[in-house]
Amino acid sequence: AGDPLITEVQSWARGLGDGVDATPYGLPIKYETDVIRRNVPWLTADSISSVNFTPIHALDGTITPQGCAFERHHSGAIELAKDDYRLMINGLVETPLVFTYADLERFPRVNHVYFLECAANTGMEWAGAQLNGAQFTHGMIHNMEYSGVPLKTLLEEAGYDTAAKWIYVEGADASSNGRSIPMDKALDDVLVAFKANGEALRKEHGYPVRLVVPGWEGNLWVKWLRRIEVTDAPVESREETSKYTDTLDDGTSRKWTWVMDAKSIITSPSPQAPIQHGPGPMVITGLAWSGRGAITRVDVSKDGGKNWEPARLAKPGERMALTRFYLDTIWDGQEMLLQARAMDETGYVQPTKAQLREVRGENSIYHNNCIQTWWVQEQGQVENVEVS
Amino acid sequence: MSKYLNGLAGVLAGTLIFTLPAQAEKLGLGRPATDDEIAAWNHDVNPAGAGLPVGSGSVEDGEALFGDYCAICHGDFAEGVDNWPKLAGGQGTLNRKDPLKTVGSYWPHLTTTWDYVNRSMPFGNAQTLTTDEVYAVVAYILYSNDLVEDDFVLSNENLLDIELPNKDGFIVDNRPETEYPKWSGEPCMTNCKESVEITMKAMVLDVTPEETKARKVQEMIKATNPRNAPAAEAVPAAAEAASPAAESPSAVPDAALIAKGETVFKKCSACHQVGEGAQNKVGPALNGIVGHPAGAIDGFRYSNPLKKAAEDGLIWDEAALTQFLSKPRDFIKGTKMSFAGLKKDEDIAAVIAYLRSLSP
Repeated sequence: AGDPLITEVQSWARGLGDGVDATPYGLPIKYETDVIRRNVPWLTADSISSVNFTPIHALDGTITPQGCAFERHHSGAIELAKDDYRLMINGLVETPLVFTYADLERFPRVNHVYFLECAANTGMEWAGAQLNGAQFTHGMIHNMEYSGVPLKTLLEEAGYDTAAKWIYVEGADASSNGRSIPMDKALDDVLVAFKANGEALRKEHGYPVRLVVPGWEGNLWVKWLRRIEVTDAPVESREETSKYTDTLDDGTSRKWTWVMDAKSIITSPSPQAPIQHGPGPMVITGLAWSGRGAITRVDVSKDGGKNWEPARLAKPGERMALTRFYLDTIWDGQEMLLQARAMDETGYVQPTKAQLREVRGENSIYHNNCIQTWWVQEQGQVENVEVS
Repeated sequence: MSKYLNGLAGVLAGTLIFTLPAQAEKLGLGRPATDDEIAAWNHDVNPAGAGLPVGSGSVEDGEALFGDYCAICHGDFAEGVDNWPKLAGGQGTLNRKDPLKTVGSYWPHLTTTWDYVNRSMPFGNAQTLTTDEVYAVVAYILYSNDLVEDDFVLSNENLLDIELPNKDGFIVDNRPETEYPKWSGEPCMTNCKESVEITMKAMVLDVTPEETKARKVQEMIKATNPRNAPAAEAVPAAAEAASPAAESPSAVPDAALIAKGETVFKKCSACHQVGEGAQNKVGPALNGIVGHPAGAIDGFRYSNPLKKAAEDGLIWDEAALTQFLSKPRDFIKGTKMSFAGLKKDEDIAAVIAYLRSLSP
């Protein structure tokens, strides 16, 4: 007697598996086909100018594989060969320059892990609980290790005017997605990156070169980067006026809201990752991040924010990168209203949705970093809810 | 680059107040850009008008161009098609729920419109309009927003004179003053509130995409949770909205058709709510709409053409809905409903079956 998976010889224990070149560049095994990006068709008019979502409910650790890291395109993901790639620096510089891809690889380069969060992540939840799944509510985020050249190095190569206050960056795609960035940030930690997680950027992430703007909203991370202009004033392009601005209750709107504030989300259990094992030991886990530095603490509540307990950080928080947290606990089989609350090195505490609405109203769209609530029911199913 | 030189660059950038190029060890990589190359890529136009080329275009010419290149997504009158951006209207809505943000109601600078049309439009055929054509299209967008008359000609000479209504509607990010002090410090850990009640559930809206585990889990909840059973004393709104087949009063509800209709209805759900607590959004709430007189949902502001049709006795019976849903703007010219219509007859039948299954 016993488990036939043990007592009987299985086919995989008798026969042979694939040879080494079965998949020269591998894909996940067929049993993991559910771990994919997904979109919400009713959000946008067309998939060419749209967004999909990282399956954060099914990932662990902090690094997002490029193949399932969310996409956001404004005129579609273009195919731009390295040989056809040119990067121009012009404007208030001593010598306007053009670099080839090969030129960029000859500059001293650095490696950093950073999260990229779309400013609209969780945006559908402003007015109320809408989408059932961490992938949909919080999946416009990814976290990769970038290899690239500090933008400062390239600006120095062109001899930027030290009185210039801004740069303007744009991509090679039809949208160009131009954005203005203050020079202080450009010189601080912005990268011109060509590798992510060790390999070339995927097409959908800006191959061959994208901008990396640590801690700031994803729209600034221009893909297929083709031009950097040093300017004395912001361009106030479409993406920094009509979009990516935050309308308050009284109808005025905040502009230049670049920083992504501290935020966290329980990725499991969550609506797409219900508890299937019944009462007993379990792991509650999630992600936390802050655009203003390192995560220092994450608390978890099982009763909708009445009582909290500190979670365990898998590693000390890293600046502007995802931090994984765990709460190793015993589930008594009763309902839970799960919440996570992040704190960062500035002492900032992730606010509740009610706190955010009190300041901003319900029309902001962007920068919703509120505490999320998952209602775990007695059978282990999980639903997206709002609580008082 | 050596550490020493890094440090020196920092000192220079930090202390010198007169204009100097950054001095740092250069590697001599790259090559100078030619004037022609810079001219080919450097198109951005800022609010002071820097970069605006010489040219002009009339509202009249713009109307024709807009019809040819823009109307397929933005509508003949810049009112928007489906989820594509509306470019006109919305003035006075910014402080209301679901504000309508258009060039006329929201954009602060007309230079931005010129810049965007010039560089990124038409969608799928960017940078094909001539300079004069861009001026003409922008002139037409102004006209659509009632900001200029129909004989207006926009040019580099007068573009900066046009003030958009929301030019003073923006403030620089003030989170450091308004939010950070409020939300900092040692947070509460025990007995932080008296009671906790669920105030809203995602299942009520039920807009999660299909073919996901979440969807399957939702179905499992509906099937297994005694709280969601229709017989329970207090039926949660979610169950009522999501399991219409079980509750439908009609004699022979076709469950499969209704389920299909629920799926098709997702195309409508960006604007219309159904189920318990459904409210008027961009479009009216639709509970009980089948067989209901047109233009009669409480509190919704209908278009004048729809009001007229309602006065003439339009009833949303199956036949009328079928016609309307296939081509809304053909059935009621001037309806506010920007949806282009459902192409397949079976989708229309399904969505009507679904709407019929929702009790008033």
